[in-house]
Amino acid sequence: MRFSTLLKNPAEWMRTSGPRNDIVITSRVRLARNLRGHPFPGWAEQGARKDVMNIVRPVLEELGEMKNAFSEEMTDLSAIEKQVLVERHLVSREHAAKGPGCATVMNRNQTISIMVNEEDHLRMQSIRPGLQLLSAFKSLNTIDTDLDKDLNYAFDSRYGYLTACPTNLGTGMRASAMLHLPGLVLSEKINETIQGANRIGLAVRGLYGEGTEAMANLFQISNQTTLGTSEEDVIVHLGKVIDSVIENEQNARLKMLEERATMMQDQIGRAYAILKYAHIIPSKEALNCLSMIRLGCDLGFFAEDDRETINILLTEIQPAHLQISAKRKLTPEERDSLRAEIVSSKLKGLTPPDFGSIITDSNNNDEV
Amino acid sequence: MKCDANCDWGEDASIFFSYIENSKVIKVNLCKYCANEKGVDDPTGYSLIDLMQGMGEETSSGKKDKKKGELTCQECGFTQSDFKKTGRFGCANCYEVFNEGLESLLEAMHKNTEHTGKVPSFVHDTSSVDSLSEIADFEKPAEFAFDELKLVDAGDELVEGDTGISALRDKLDIAISEEDYEEAARLRDEIAKLESEKAEEG
Ligand SMILES: [Zn+2]
Ligand SMILES: [Zn+2]
Repeated sequence: MRFSTLLKNPAEWMRTSGPRNDIVITSRVRLARNLRGHPFPGWAEQGARKDVMNIVRPVLEELGEMKNAFSEEMTDLSAIEKQVLVERHLVSREHAAKGPGCATVMNRNQTISIMVNEEDHLRMQSIRPGLQLLSAFKSLNTIDTDLDKDLNYAFDSRYGYLTACPTNLGTGMRASAMLHLPGLVLSEKINETIQGANRIGLAVRGLYGEGTEAMANLFQISNQTTLGTSEEDVIVHLGKVIDSVIENEQNARLKMLEERATMMQDQIGRAYAILKYAHIIPSKEALNCLSMIRLGCDLGFFAEDDRETINILLTEIQPAHLQISAKRKLTPEERDSLRAEIVSSKLKGLTPPDFGSIITDSNNNDEV
Repeated sequence: MKCDANCDWGEDASIFFSYIENSKVIKVNLCKYCANEKGVDDPTGYSLIDLMQGMGEETSSGKKDKKKGELTCQECGFTQSDFKKTGRFGCANCYEVFNEGLESLLEAMHKNTEHTGKVPSFVHDTSSVDSLSEIADFEKPAEFAFDELKLVDAGDELVEGDTGISALRDKLDIAISEEDYEEAARLRDEIAKLESEKAEEG
């Protein structure tokens, strides 16, 4: 598969939906693996890194899952192409900055991507829409089991899979979900939630910015530790906590609808107006407005199907995607105006919000 | 200073990272939003940098005469001070070479210091399990204190006892909420089997 084909098709998670997709945007699982007898990528000289790539890449391309896969050495991609992969969460920022001997292999649906010689020899990732941690894990686990027949993994009976960084030792697994939590942010309960999760060994981080400052109200929750707990235990535990975060988010939304309906309508209405009529829109403002529209979809003010448009826009308004669509390098100012153009044209079909379903009675003591 | 990520946040770089590449430490300057994004992908790596840099300072005397009588991995040439500088090892063999002191570091990072998860197929012998899905009787994660989380009462159903069965029930819940009905059916059968075995035992 060529880069242009990959580009034309949004990743599967952007255009399909999954369980609890109103609040859970994606579920991701990644596994770190290394080969015995080869230095880890960060410590390896270029030649040693290429050796590993030449061993691993043919094996990856042979996987049933990787039929007609995208498979490129990082040096064969342009800076903008690499940044597109970062913006789609298919490779890490570090990997995009790497030189000879580093490669990326991914399937056509962009559900499985494998970085060769990132921090570890193999960083495999499975990404799915909505809350599907277990199935994301299972599909990756099958691939991993296939690979360990052909690759001599570095494994120790006491420490498990050996990784460049001891924080990944053991299972080498990081399971995470990206959550959209406008209710908890607007009702100022987000920090409580983050601290609660931290106390039981989970990491919660704003995707862009921390706590109440997080752009687009997007947060990622993931396991911190990898040694001493089995993969399934980690996923079961994480799943339970996510369930309760979802419930809290829903309660926060309901409470706001009951007590601060005018404020909610105002925020969603303003976001709609800005996105539809702005001619210059910075990244921060666009993301925050899109978050409000997504909330509007969840609350029934917009059609349910419009959520997909929002998902795609969240990615397509990012710098590299903008420059790919313009087919040239753009200054930040040019990007702000192209962003506004793309957003307003994509939202053309979006019918104005229908707030009719909210009953705003007279004793609605809204302070905002 | 400009953010190295070529982003659209319009913020100055305020957070400085380092990583190793070609055996050299590379420094990256990021704005607060890009730094966050990086930490999202690898939340533990993020905090480890600080931990390591703290450690490096303690033994600054050893840092100067590098490679002189210092513990070194024969396979890859990595030294103790390289570890303190980067927080990463050089190769799989380093875990044996630098084993001393590793235990306490792992204790600080993880739940436990012994692996309990998946095992690659070449390690399996006849007595061990063949795949993860066959591990029915995995231990319930007792150390996870759900009630500590000041969230909705998610932990209510997590009663003690029958760890095998209740763990399976947890998995069943997840399979159902993820709409994985094939897995749910399999788990239901397994639970029924365990329950009837228990009934027979009396
Ligand atoms: Zn930046
Ligand atoms: Zn070594």
